[in-house]
Amino acid sequence: MIEWEQVSFAFDGAERPTLRQVDLEVAESEMVLLAGRTGSGKSTLLRTVNGLVPHFTGGRLGGEVRIDGRSVRRRTPRELADVVGYVGQDPVTTFVTDVVEEELAYGMEQLGLDPQTMRRRVEETLDLLGIADLRSRPLRTLSGGQQQRVAIGAVLTMHPRILVLDEPTSALDPTAAEDVLSTVSRLVEDLGLTVLLAEHRLERVVPFADRLVVIEDGAVRSGDPAELLASSPVAPPVVELGRLAGWRPLPLTVREARRRTGGLRDRLGDAPPAARRGPGAPEPRGAALVARGVVVRYGTTVAVREVSVAVPRGEVVAVMGRNGSGKSSLLWALQGTGRRDGGSVSVAGSDPGALAPDRARALVGLVPQTATDLLYLETVEAECDAADRQSDAGDGTCRSILDRLAPGIDGERHPRDLSEGQRLALVLAIVLAARPAVVALDEPTRGLDYAAKEQLAAILTDLTRRDHGVVVATHDVEFVASVADQVVVMAGGEVVSAGPTVRVLAESPAFAPQLSKVLGDGWLTVEQVRQALL
Amino acid sequence: MGRPRSPVLPRDLHPGAWWIWALGLAAAASRTTNPWLLVIIVLVASVTVLSRRTDAPWALSFRLYLALGLFVVCLRVVFRVLLGGGYGDTLLLDLPLVPLPDWAAGITLLGPVTAESILAGLYDGMRLAAVIICVGAANSLANPRRMLASLPPALYEVGTAVVIALSLFPQLAESVQRVRRARRLRGDPGRGVGALRRVVVPVLEDALERSLALAASMDARGYGRAGELPAGQRRVTGALLVTGLLGLCVGSYAFLDATAPRSLSWPMLVGGVLLAGAGFVAAGRRVHRTRYRPDSWRAADVLTAATGVAVAVLVTVVAAGRPDVAIPDPAAPPALSVLALVAVMLGVLPAFATPAPISLLRPEPAR
Repeated sequence: MIEWEQVSFAFDGAERPTLRQVDLEVAESEMVLLAGRTGSGKSTLLRTVNGLVPHFTGGRLGGEVRIDGRSVRRRTPRELADVVGYVGQDPVTTFVTDVVEEELAYGMEQLGLDPQTMRRRVEETLDLLGIADLRSRPLRTLSGGQQQRVAIGAVLTMHPRILVLDEPTSALDPTAAEDVLSTVSRLVEDLGLTVLLAEHRLERVVPFADRLVVIEDGAVRSGDPAELLASSPVAPPVVELGRLAGWRPLPLTVREARRRTGGLRDRLGDAPPAARRGPGAPEPRGAALVARGVVVRYGTTVAVREVSVAVPRGEVVAVMGRNGSGKSSLLWALQGTGRRDGGSVSVAGSDPGALAPDRARALVGLVPQTATDLLYLETVEAECDAADRQSDAGDGTCRSILDRLAPGIDGERHPRDLSEGQRLALVLAIVLAARPAVVALDEPTRGLDYAAKEQLAAILTDLTRRDHGVVVATHDVEFVASVADQVVVMAGGEVVSAGPTVRVLAESPAFAPQLSKVLGDGWLTVEQVRQALL
Repeated sequence: MGRPRSPVLPRDLHPGAWWIWALGLAAAASRTTNPWLLVIIVLVASVTVLSRRTDAPWALSFRLYLALGLFVVCLRVVFRVLLGGGYGDTLLLDLPLVPLPDWAAGITLLGPVTAESILAGLYDGMRLAAVIICVGAANSLANPRRMLASLPPALYEVGTAVVIALSLFPQLAESVQRVRRARRLRGDPGRGVGALRRVVVPVLEDALERSLALAASMDARGYGRAGELPAGQRRVTGALLVTGLLGLCVGSYAFLDATAPRSLSWPMLVGGVLLAGAGFVAAGRRVHRTRYRPDSWRAADVLTAATGVAVAVLVTVVAAGRPDVAIPDPAAPPALSVLALVAVMLGVLPAFATPAPISLLRPEPAR
């Protein structure tokens, strides 16, 4: 169905090609999963299918891309619109109209289909995606998962034979991501579309992928998922466990792994080692931040309802909960810049909310959800210098923090050109230049791949060694399992449960990481297993 | 014979119908300074808006137009007092005349205030206010996006651009708010260009990224597949459209301004419509796009539009036959005629004779 023959691609002015001699063939009705680190060329490969690369991006494309044996090199995305349906990362940025029904019809209007056909296909698609009750809703009022389903529907109405999904869940929270991925799996089963999916939540999609394509530095390897994952640079925790235990073929789901744990359990012994605290880590020394009865309200909506939380020095506290559960509002209130309508916050004896922003950020540093909002200069070097001046820190303070967090970033590079992980490290370094006692991070794992998350986990652990208190608002269960000492679960602005990570995560099946689903209570991370096996 | 009579089902009228109705009322209002007639026109517009608007965001803007109307009336009266000029005999207040230097000859400041000049200001303000409120009524009744969707195919690109701008604007505002909040996390560098830059750069980068993503999405969904015209034809189309629209502008100005030469009014209007129409047809000929659930013109829509036209025509007839009713002398109580009353009251017909609108945001009632 789709064929790549010796396909190479390089952006204009780039030193290294993004794709190198890619040879790949995808059969009719096949579901192909693309895995690879951020920046490995996944998006570029996907975009060659419908001509966005090179017609939209520029650059040099070598080799041949064929659909049904016909070359599409010279065909533009608009000409291929009825053959290839393309869905991007952030649904909001792809919407052209403002109401669900009209968005679904937009593509068909461009194709010039007759009104009866359009009406019929819109109804079919509404049913297929389970969004019939949303038909006349404004797109902006939908949740992230609903929006992405509408975006998928908007290309399905054109009846494409190939569906290309480029990380469709990377901008969504886990519940929304589940929503979208289960929709995709249904489409694969029911419609028999040829699907190309790039996705970093491998654990959700690997089970129903026919084939896995791993991209590393622009070169591809393809094969059976279970075989290929043995050497993939990105792998979900179950697979890592399988690699560690030496299982062949590798388990792809919790169920498969659980059925094989017999032998491993004997080798592991009874008591799991401590989840996070490495040997030599300092014991907790009192609270860095104490908040009592914090209230945040916007008009009549109470975003945070009398929440009390303490962040000990040298510990990581994770705040979990759905979108809109009040995590961000809480973090901003703790930092002092955001709204606070009641309660008290105390850091080293003073209330950051009562101080000028300049002094508040020396108590609590916050990395906002869109970390890039803090960046506005052309080079990493300039950003670091500005941060030093703004925090009255000595020259080179920010740069040396950055080198510690993410070594080897060229000072002359533009912050926008850094990888997601590097950019996050830069923003964190800028925040840390003010030497805050407490560091708060709002959804830092959004858009990070497994490796970047590990890097971030290492950075946070390093901060706790330096006696910072750390608060992280996140949905990411696996990430929480690997970094957090304590977890606070919020819902509707209230604290639902709070306590040590092991206990809170074990209490609720929805928040249990894969490892504890496989091995039982107390086992949170692959790292624990690795230590136990030593 | 024929189809069985069906009950009147709720539906949204064609946005064009509401606009024609409202512009008819506005044209009628612009023809008269009779306060009774103007008050009735405003009442007609208000009643219709209250009974036929949806609860969509744009529908709630009517209040703003009412407030703006009131403001205009007050402003006119205040200006009359300030720049009085004292014509009429009924002295209300004798303010001292402020002497102005020679170069401002012809302008008087303050001076005697007469009832006639105040009333003249009031009538004039009411006329402008009524026109504004009529336009506001159209804005509240017609979904602006549906209106854009009903544009002729030739204007499709313009319509799309406007629709996108409409949806990007709130996003831009959100993004400015977010960046300003984040700015405080980096320590405040003070004011001036540096501070501005710290907001503008991230917001623009954000906007640029969004635009690129949107452009990619539109391209991948077939935008611009059809409608490539050869250069020659494009030029002809452009010329037809521009001259047609110019004609329309001049014509409608002449039509609404009673002091302009009459020869400019109808001939220019008709000529403009014909030329622009030809331009649209030429431009739309090669476009192979279709429209999902286009708004249709049915009896109620035609009735609504016709009512607006009728109001405008009848008031014009009144203005020609009874100038004392249309432009009353502020010195005497304004007169009325039966025809004038009927003319403006006619405008309220759509408030009762059209189907109720479908509410966009309200969930369907449970059965």
